[in-house]
Amino acid sequence: MSYGDPELVQLLSPEGVRVDHPDYAFTGDDEQIQGFYRDMVLTRRLDTEATALQRQGQLGLWASCLGQEAAQIGSGRALNGQDVVFPTYREHGVAWCLGVDPLQLLGLFRGVDLGGWDPLSTRFHLYTIVIGAQALHATGYAMGIERDGLVGTGDAKRDAAVIGYFGDGATSQGDVNEAFIFASSYNAPIVFFCQNNQWAISEPIERQSRIPLYRRADGFGFPGVRVDGNDVLAVHAVTSQALERARSGNGPTFIEAYTYRMGAHTTSDDPTKYRLADELEHWRLKDPIARVRAHLTRSGGIEDDFFASVETEADDLAATIRSGCLALVDPSMVEMFDQVYVDQTPHLSEQQRWYADYSASFESDSDETARSAVETPGRQG
Amino acid sequence: MTIREFRLPDPGEGLVEADIVTWRVAVGDQVQVNDILLEVETSKSLVELPSPFAGTITSLLVAEGDTVDVGVPIVAIDDGTESGPAPTSGAGVAGTGGDDTGDAGERVANLVGYGAKQTDTRRRPRKAAASEPEPVETHEQVNETFATTTPVSRRADHREPLRPSTAEPQGGPLPGPGPAGRETVPPSAGAVLAKPPVRKYARDLGVDLATVTGTGAGGVITRDDVEQAARPAEPSPPGPAMSAVTPIAEDQRIPIKGVRKATAAAVVQSAFTAPHVTVWVETDVTAAVDLLEVIKARRDFAGVKVSPLLLVAKAALIALKRHPELNSSWDEAKQEIVLKAGVNLGIAAATPRGLMVPNIKNADQLSLRELAEAFSSLVGTAKDGATPPADLARGSFTITNIGVFGIDGGQPIINPGESGILCVGQIARKPWVVGSGADERIEARSVTTLAVSFDHRLVDGEQGSTFLADVASVLTDPGLAMVLA
Repeated sequence: MSYGDPELVQLLSPEGVRVDHPDYAFTGDDEQIQGFYRDMVLTRRLDTEATALQRQGQLGLWASCLGQEAAQIGSGRALNGQDVVFPTYREHGVAWCLGVDPLQLLGLFRGVDLGGWDPLSTRFHLYTIVIGAQALHATGYAMGIERDGLVGTGDAKRDAAVIGYFGDGATSQGDVNEAFIFASSYNAPIVFFCQNNQWAISEPIERQSRIPLYRRADGFGFPGVRVDGNDVLAVHAVTSQALERARSGNGPTFIEAYTYRMGAHTTSDDPTKYRLADELEHWRLKDPIARVRAHLTRSGGIEDDFFASVETEADDLAATIRSGCLALVDPSMVEMFDQVYVDQTPHLSEQQRWYADYSASFESDSDETARSAVETPGRQG
Repeated sequence: MTIREFRLPDPGEGLVEADIVTWRVAVGDQVQVNDILLEVETSKSLVELPSPFAGTITSLLVAEGDTVDVGVPIVAIDDGTESGPAPTSGAGVAGTGGDDTGDAGERVANLVGYGAKQTDTRRRPRKAAASEPEPVETHEQVNETFATTTPVSRRADHREPLRPSTAEPQGGPLPGPGPAGRETVPPSAGAVLAKPPVRKYARDLGVDLATVTGTGAGGVITRDDVEQAARPAEPSPPGPAMSAVTPIAEDQRIPIKGVRKATAAAVVQSAFTAPHVTVWVETDVTAAVDLLEVIKARRDFAGVKVSPLLLVAKAALIALKRHPELNSSWDEAKQEIVLKAGVNLGIAAATPRGLMVPNIKNADQLSLRELAEAFSSLVGTAKDGATPPADLARGSFTITNIGVFGIDGGQPIINPGESGILCVGQIARKPWVVGSGADERIEARSVTTLAVSFDHRLVDGEQGSTFLADVASVLTDPGLAMVLA
């Protein structure tokens, strides 16, 4: 199976030319495509700035989504106001679409919290580090909203679906396969969105599956579709249809977004050790952002000042992220007790009190007080 | 102006150091935030480090090739601001706006839960505790956790109401840094505290641990305590009569010193730092033995002792020229492999004082006769115990001849600082297949076993094996010396 596979849904060629597909169509206008472009550029800028911050010692780790912007923005922008997302740790673009503050993503990677955003109000669940575990959470949640009567009512303001993200490596995990079985058995309103970025850290996809991943769905009993993951229009079209299928009570869909991880697995990884630069160059020609820009310039007649304004906005975003990241306040250890249960148990309150007393028993500044000094203007370290 | 220092961050997870590979900037260069400053290599990856500051490079604080600990300043950048706080520690980070930048001084740039801490890691002093220490109670609590009187599991549906417990800080201030004082806590009436080996020791000696007072930390019973308890209450002084009654031969105890001590240190150092690989080959040396007779008959070799070992040495010298890795050493401190200019050929000699390995300096430059003379004087001097220290130093390759003891072969340990050692077994008459095809037959031939141990850090199996094959082929067919030399 190659990139030129006839099964691959593509609506915008790498050269920026719109192409037709018998089953899928992008129905939006150029203004929406401009929006996608902006989302993708800003996501990439967020990603590169975070990578730089990690290299400067400001983040403990960062998982780059470089090259996967179309898969994330295309699917993220297909969500309605009720759909719920269960991400991996790389869905920065989807988080962006759901309005999660990028600084809250950075907080997790800086180690100042364990995921600071509200997964209920943002509908974007916490990043899951364990590979594939969120597929089960997502399926369970989908089965839940179905029982809550939020599926198949025909009311567009009420019907919801769940989308669970994972990578190609996760399809080898038991969790993901169990999730497929449950989703299929219960006809759960879920979209399994697999970003096949070709590499499970250093393991190439050829070593993990003897058939194209999307065809695995056949065995579980729900449709599977392979979409050009670097084509934001195709991803949007395919995901919209799959989500609508889920919301209307017709069950799960598996989407394999065929894309490429242009960066390292995480900042702790060095991909030059296991893959050839040639491969990267090959995929660079299929860059998800370049093709949209080419389309907008050539067919949409969009002027340069639009692109310039997006660049400026990206630079501003980067500066905001940088300064915001450096200003992130380290948490007090005492607070960790507050974030275990919705309702604090007496036992934990007891422990928290004990810990607070213990912290206070030191003569010098504790770590917390030293760190909170960062907030205090004018204090010279 | 404000000079900011960029400290080496931990570019991976939990890395403590990195090698500086390439500087992409030079002093005087202007950089923007996120411009690539340099490339570093960690045990995980080769990464580019972008600048956290904009400004002018004022100095590169580490050089290419350096291995630098995480947290060490690597570059100083003048950010161009005129005012500002006194020279910053550099840990501060740009971009928070206003005075906030200086405040971050307390934070080290690389510290986000990972890596080495630049800050003071000593234990923070505690405020004086109000309550009196209650060590016994604490000790009982510890004991309780080992007790087996209550079940450790419970039914899944069993609910026990949470009981309020006193969670006041207990005990005095924690001890400061430094070696822990020896505190003795009387054991409670509960279980005894002792490590399993001590428990076994007590059982072997028939000591009831319950009767022993522990002197270890927290009242733990130590081995000494058990020994103390096992000793008779009134130790009777050993009288001369007793030794007469027990005529059991005593073990002889010899102090470890001198050559024995040096040998022990050398072999331990070598065996546990240089990963040894030994390869060996059985070789027909009949032609070499014949050649020996020819050499002995020559007038210019009159008066010199000519032994098979001499030919082995010559063959080794020829082979070493083709395999300089076997004549090298590992410089751990400089992280370099040193290929020696000449061969200082060591000969392991059993002397009355013990094993000595004097070496012949620049043996590869000597003619066969000179080599033979050097051999005689070297071994003679060593057997007299008169080897000067200079002869023992700076060896580069060693030959050990265990054939003199009637032994076929062995697996020698490399002389420290060298990369190979050749072991020569006895030359014995053995049945050997010679000829080929219809002419194939068994003949009595002079056969020996050659073995070489080499340091796998420097020498791979290929080099070690081909070296040995060269030595063997020269001894099998001395004429090959004309080809290989």
